[in-house]
Amino acid sequence: MANFFAPVVALGQRGISAAVAVGDTTVFMLSGLAHMFSGVRIFPRTLRQLYVIGYKSFFVILLIGVFCGMVLGLQGYYTLVKFGSVGLLGSAVSLSLVRELGPVLTAIMLTGRAGSSMAAEIGVMRITDQIDALEVMDINPVAYLVSPRLLAAMISFPLLTAVFDVIGIIGGYLTGVLMLNINEGAYFYRISSSVTMPDLTGGFVKSFVFGLLVTTVCCRQGYTAHRRGDSVGPEAVGNATTSAVVISCVLILAADYVLTSFLL
Amino acid sequence: MYMQDWDIEFSHLDAGYGARRVLRDVSAILPAGKISVILGESGSGKSTLLRHVTGLSRPLGGMVRIGGRDIFALPPAEFRRLRRQTGVLFQDGALLGALNLAQNVALPLSEHLALPEHLLREAALRVLAMVGLEAFADYYPNQLSGGMRKRAGLARAIVAEPRILLCDEPTSGLDPVTAARMDELLLSMHARYPEMTLVVVSHDLAGFRILAEHVLVIRDGGLIFAGTPKSLLDSRDAYLRQFLERRSGDAGQTPHRPMNHRVHAELVKWLTS
Repeated sequence: MANFFAPVVALGQRGISAAVAVGDTTVFMLSGLAHMFSGVRIFPRTLRQLYVIGYKSFFVILLIGVFCGMVLGLQGYYTLVKFGSVGLLGSAVSLSLVRELGPVLTAIMLTGRAGSSMAAEIGVMRITDQIDALEVMDINPVAYLVSPRLLAAMISFPLLTAVFDVIGIIGGYLTGVLMLNINEGAYFYRISSSVTMPDLTGGFVKSFVFGLLVTTVCCRQGYTAHRRGDSVGPEAVGNATTSAVVISCVLILAADYVLTSFLL
Repeated sequence: MYMQDWDIEFSHLDAGYGARRVLRDVSAILPAGKISVILGESGSGKSTLLRHVTGLSRPLGGMVRIGGRDIFALPPAEFRRLRRQTGVLFQDGALLGALNLAQNVALPLSEHLALPEHLLREAALRVLAMVGLEAFADYYPNQLSGGMRKRAGLARAIVAEPRILLCDEPTSGLDPVTAARMDELLLSMHARYPEMTLVVVSHDLAGFRILAEHVLVIRDGGLIFAGTPKSLLDSRDAYLRQFLERRSGDAGQTPHRPMNHRVHAELVKWLTS
């Protein structure tokens, strides 16, 4: 009889663990957000994280943005030409970037570039007793490690999304106007006439939420690396980093769907 | 606060991780203002005992009292106040990799006090000089040897002049000369701050002979001795004699099983290739 119910019990246990993990992660994020207002010492640490998340990712975002825009220009042109609507290329490129690709691709790039490093750094601090050392010095580890990263992500994700959007539009210009000879005025006119303020706001809301999600997940994976059931020591840090990237990417796409359904 | 307020007392302490029980029914007192050494084999539960004094682990049963008060029943504000009075030297120093030595050592002050940068550095340099690392103030932990990291960890532990100093294996992994220097450093710390309750977890017998004023011996998670170093050295208990005389206890009984012939053949082939 026990064997008969074993799969159901296992499924139930997994469900409970997942619910506990979601609850723990939410509490972790709220704690990180609450400690943002605990004093001025957060500012120098946030500046350092802005440098790590923002500045150090800037050139990768430029590179990905320009190629993404060029591909959109190319694909858009050969799709629109079938309907005799190549004049709409500016709208297609800009709306795709501002509403969807800008926030999503920027967040995914930042997950790989900065999120993985957050998970690994905090994970190493965990397994080498550095987080315990903070605790015994009466320094709240969440306030010290997580809050500055959350604040920096909330600032840098939208800013880098804006950079991605602009560079992507320039990429679309390179292929559409310079290579495929679409009228330059039509390209920019379509952008200014089709992109509205709600489109821009929606894109920034998404990137803000993605910043919170990515940073929370990556920091928490590192923070709890010592509690992983599948591995210990350096292997646990490696697995925590992998989990951080995978969970963040899945959450970005899931949250994108939810937010889009509310924003449209 | 009187000196006896800083006695550390374990009362029927049970501790463990998950289903694994590491300490069983440990009851003992580490007297205030003295150097207590906790001895025992690797894996006997010494470091776990220390983690309970720092509040990093919660007991499965029993109590840890400091100054007669159960530290796990203290209101959060009082628990934090207690932590500020406790310095901890972790096994590998546990210095923050992103900060240099001066910043690491000044961290307990810079996070809690509103002091200008130059005063924080001055405070850090003062204790770094005490551990002989003043010249390395701008070095990062990964640029230092294991012994230097431990000394820097000790400097950080004492920068706020705590009433309790807990040292987890301060000499493990160090060469005999550096280990002796570390022991002397701890003695000089105690001479400088005589009211400090110093607890050293170790399996280093040489260090124990130099440092200890009070000794606990733990075996397989249970307390088997508590008393003065003299009474330990005079003990007739077979295990304690074996421990103090560094005898394995099973000499000549190491099980010998012949190597599997196929493993042996492959090994010979590889070694002679």
